[in-house]
Amino acid sequence: MNTSAAVEMRNISKRFGTKVQANDNVSLDIQRGEILALLGENGSGKTTLMNMLAGIYFPDSGTILVNGEPVVISSPRKAMELGIGMIHQHFKLVDVLSAAENIVLGLEGKLDLKEATRKIREICDAYGFDVDPNQKIYNMSVSQKQTVEIVKVLYRGADILILDEPTAVLTPQETDKLFAVLRNMRDDGKTIVIITHKLNEVEALSDKVAVLRAGRYIGTLITKKTNAAEMTNMMVGRAVSLDIDRPEPEKPELRMEIRDATVRDEEGLLKLDHVSFDIYGGEILGIAGISGAGQKELLESIYGLQRMEEGSILFHDPDTGETAELKGKKPLQIQQMGISLSFVPEDRLGMGLVGSMDIADNIMLRSYRNGSYGFLNRKDPKKMARWIVTELGVSTPGIDTPVRRLSGGNVQKILVGREIVQTPRVLMMAYPVRGLDINASYTIYQLMNLQKEKGVAVVFVGEDLDVLMELCDRILVLCGGKVSGIVDGRKADKQEIGMMMTRVGGEQDGQ
Amino acid sequence: MFDFFLTFIPRAIIQGTPLLYGSTGETLTEKSGNLNLGIPGIMYVGAISGVIGAFYYESSLPGPEAFNGALAVAITLGANLLGSLLMGLLYCFLTVTLRANQNVTGLAMTTFGVGFGNFFGGSLIKLSGNEMPYLALNRTSLAFRTPMPGASTTGWFGQLFLSYGFLAYLAVILSLVAAFVLKRTRVGLHLRAVGENPATADAAGINVNRYKYAATCIGSVIAGLGGLYYVMDYASGIWSNNAFGDRGWLAIALVIFTIWRPNRGILSAYLFGGLYILHMYIPTGTDLAVKELYKMAPYVVTIVVLIISSIRNNREKQPPASLGLSYFREER
Repeated sequence: MNTSAAVEMRNISKRFGTKVQANDNVSLDIQRGEILALLGENGSGKTTLMNMLAGIYFPDSGTILVNGEPVVISSPRKAMELGIGMIHQHFKLVDVLSAAENIVLGLEGKLDLKEATRKIREICDAYGFDVDPNQKIYNMSVSQKQTVEIVKVLYRGADILILDEPTAVLTPQETDKLFAVLRNMRDDGKTIVIITHKLNEVEALSDKVAVLRAGRYIGTLITKKTNAAEMTNMMVGRAVSLDIDRPEPEKPELRMEIRDATVRDEEGLLKLDHVSFDIYGGEILGIAGISGAGQKELLESIYGLQRMEEGSILFHDPDTGETAELKGKKPLQIQQMGISLSFVPEDRLGMGLVGSMDIADNIMLRSYRNGSYGFLNRKDPKKMARWIVTELGVSTPGIDTPVRRLSGGNVQKILVGREIVQTPRVLMMAYPVRGLDINASYTIYQLMNLQKEKGVAVVFVGEDLDVLMELCDRILVLCGGKVSGIVDGRKADKQEIGMMMTRVGGEQDGQ
Repeated sequence: MFDFFLTFIPRAIIQGTPLLYGSTGETLTEKSGNLNLGIPGIMYVGAISGVIGAFYYESSLPGPEAFNGALAVAITLGANLLGSLLMGLLYCFLTVTLRANQNVTGLAMTTFGVGFGNFFGGSLIKLSGNEMPYLALNRTSLAFRTPMPGASTTGWFGQLFLSYGFLAYLAVILSLVAAFVLKRTRVGLHLRAVGENPATADAAGINVNRYKYAATCIGSVIAGLGGLYYVMDYASGIWSNNAFGDRGWLAIALVIFTIWRPNRGILSAYLFGGLYILHMYIPTGTDLAVKELYKMAPYVVTIVVLIISSIRNNREKQPPASLGLSYFREER
C-alpha cells in the first residue's frame, strides 16, 4: 500500500457549451478509508466533478491521480478497472431482469448465475445488505434498488464508491440503514464520497466535508471541527448586489389563502406536508428551496394540475369580493369560474409550449375554445403574437416561426408573454430565468415588476438566492415539502435562508 | 382421420416454416429494441435474391446434365443471405446510425422490398422468355427439397418428420439456438438489456449500437431465409410476382403471439400455417362465402392475440421496454 491519497484531482475544469462553466479549476483530494461529503448548492458542479471520476464526462483540462498514478478515465468501464464505482441518482437497472442479472450485466466471460448469486450473498453478508439476488427489479422498493446498485459496484471490486444524493429517495429509517452500511464499508477500508446538500447528513456520516460553490472548490473541513454556520457560509457565499428594481408594493390585498396543502407522489412519498401561506396581489412572493423541496408540486396544486390529499386553496376575487375554493378543481374548471391564473412551468418546451408550432398557434393553445361554430379564431392570437414580439423584444424572423428555432430567452419571453396577455390575477413562474443570459433575465424581472404594479399576485420560484432577495417582497422557504419559514425580502439574510433551506425552521439543532 | 392429418400436418409445416423464419428473425431484432417493420420487404428481397442466384446459375449451364445440386444450393443461399443482409444493414444505418424513425423506415423498406422484388422478378421472367407470368427453377428447387434419408421407407413417420428439405429443419434449429442464446448466455443477457434499457446497458459498458446492428442484421438474414424457403420449397421453385402475399406481416404478428420467445415460435408457426390453409381442407360445399370466412382465420387470431397481449399486465410478457425508440447517449 502506498501512502498517497486514493484520488487526487488537480485543476479540473469542465464546461458545457459556451455558457455553462460546470467546474472551474477544481483541485480535490480524497483520502483512503474515509467518508468524504461533497457539499454544494444545486448547480455548484458536484455531480459533474464526480461524473468525471466515474468516466461519464471527460475533463476539459486538469489531471486525475488514482493511488498516486496519473490516469485517463475515458469510460465507466475504465473507472471500474481503477476501482471507482458511482451510484447515480437515477438508477441504471433493467426492470425485467433479476438483481443478479443486473449485477453481472456488462461483465465478460461465461454467464454463471449460480456462482454470481453465491458471490452476491457473500457481499451482502459482509456488509449487512438485504438483497434477494433472484428478485426482479420491478418488484423492488426504491431503497432495495439502491442496494442493488451498491452491491453491483462492490461486485465489480470497487474500493472507491461515489454516491450521488443517495438519501433523496429514502425514508429516514432507510437512510439510517444506508449510513450504517456505509460506515461498515469505510471500516473495511473502502473510500466513500457522498454528494449532498443536506447539512445534517454531512454531520451524521462524514469524516471530512469538501465544499463547492458555482463550480469552484472552496475548501475542505474536518466534519467534527466545523459547524453548520461555517458550512452554510462556504456553500452560499456572500450576498452580491445585482441592482434589480423593487418598487414598494401598493396596497397589497389578500388574493389567495393556502391552508395545509398536502400532496403525495405516485409512490406515496410526501411531497408537500401541510403547507400554509398567503399570496397578496401587488407583491412578488419568492419561493426558495433546494430542488425537489416541493416547489413544483406547490405551483401545480394551485393551478389544478396536482391532486391535493388535504388542505384548501381559497381565492379572493378583487372585482366581486367573492371567495372561491379551488381545491379539487381542474385548470379548465378554474378558468370557467372566471378566475384567471397563469402558470409558467419549468419545462418550457415540454409543458409550456409546442416546439414545432409557431408563436400565434402557441398562444391559441390558451384560447382555442374561444372560436365560434367549431371554427378557430386566429385573428386575436395573431394580434397578441405581434404584441408580444414588439413589446417584449422577441428576436424572431416572424410570428410564424416554430418556437423551437428560437433561443431559450426568446422562448421564455413568448411563454411569459402569452400568460401576461391573459391578464391573470395570479402569475406563477417556476425558474423563469433558468438558462437565460443576463439581459433576458432582467427583461423577465422587469415584466414581473410591471405585473406587480398592476396588482397581480406574482409567485416566483427561483434558485438564485441573490435574485430572490433583490426582487421579492416576501420569500417563502421550503424544505422537504414543509414551510421552513417566510421572511421579508428586504431584511432577509442569505445565510439565514440557506439554513432554512437545509433544515425546517433553520435552527442549528432542529431536524 | 389419420390420413387427413398425414396430409394436413406436412402442408401446415411447409406453410408455417417461412413464418417461423420471419418470427425468429424479428424476435431477435426486437430484443435489441429495433421494431423492424421492414421484415415483409426483407423476406421478399431475400426470396428474389435467391431466385436471381439460382436463375443465373441454371442459365449458365451448358446442359441439364451439368447441374450440380450442392452448387446450386450454395449459390442460391449465398445470394439470398447477401440480399437480406444488405437490407438489414440499410435498416440499421437509417435507424441506429442516423436515428430515423423506426416505423417509417420499416414501412418504407417493406414497400421498397416488394417493389425491388417485383421489378427483378418481372425482368427475370422476360429474360427467361416465358409466355406465362412466372419463372420456374425446377432443378434448384428439387435440390432444396431433397428429403431426409429414410423419408420414403419409414411410412407415416417419414412422411410426418423426414419429408422436408433441409431449410425446414434449419428453421427449427435456428429458433432453438436463438432461444438458448437469449436465455442462457451473456450475449443474450446483454441483448435483452439493450432492448429494455439502452442507457443502462451503455453505462454497464455494453456497446449498444454494435448489439443493435448485430441483432438486426442476423435477424434480417434469418427472416430472408423464410422468403427463400417459400420460393424453393413451398412454391416448388416457381416465382411469380406478389405470390408471397402477407406472410411477412403474419410473421410479425407471430412475434407478439409468442410473447418474444423464439422456442414458442415453432409450434405457433405451424399453427398459423395450418390456419392459413385450413380453408382448403374444410369441406365448405359450394358456398364460397364460407371459404372466405375460413381464410380470415389467421388474421382473426392475430387480432385476438393483440387484444389479449395488450390487456395482459404481467411485466415479463410485455415487449422490450425501449422497442421502437432510438438511443443516443445524452450530453448536456
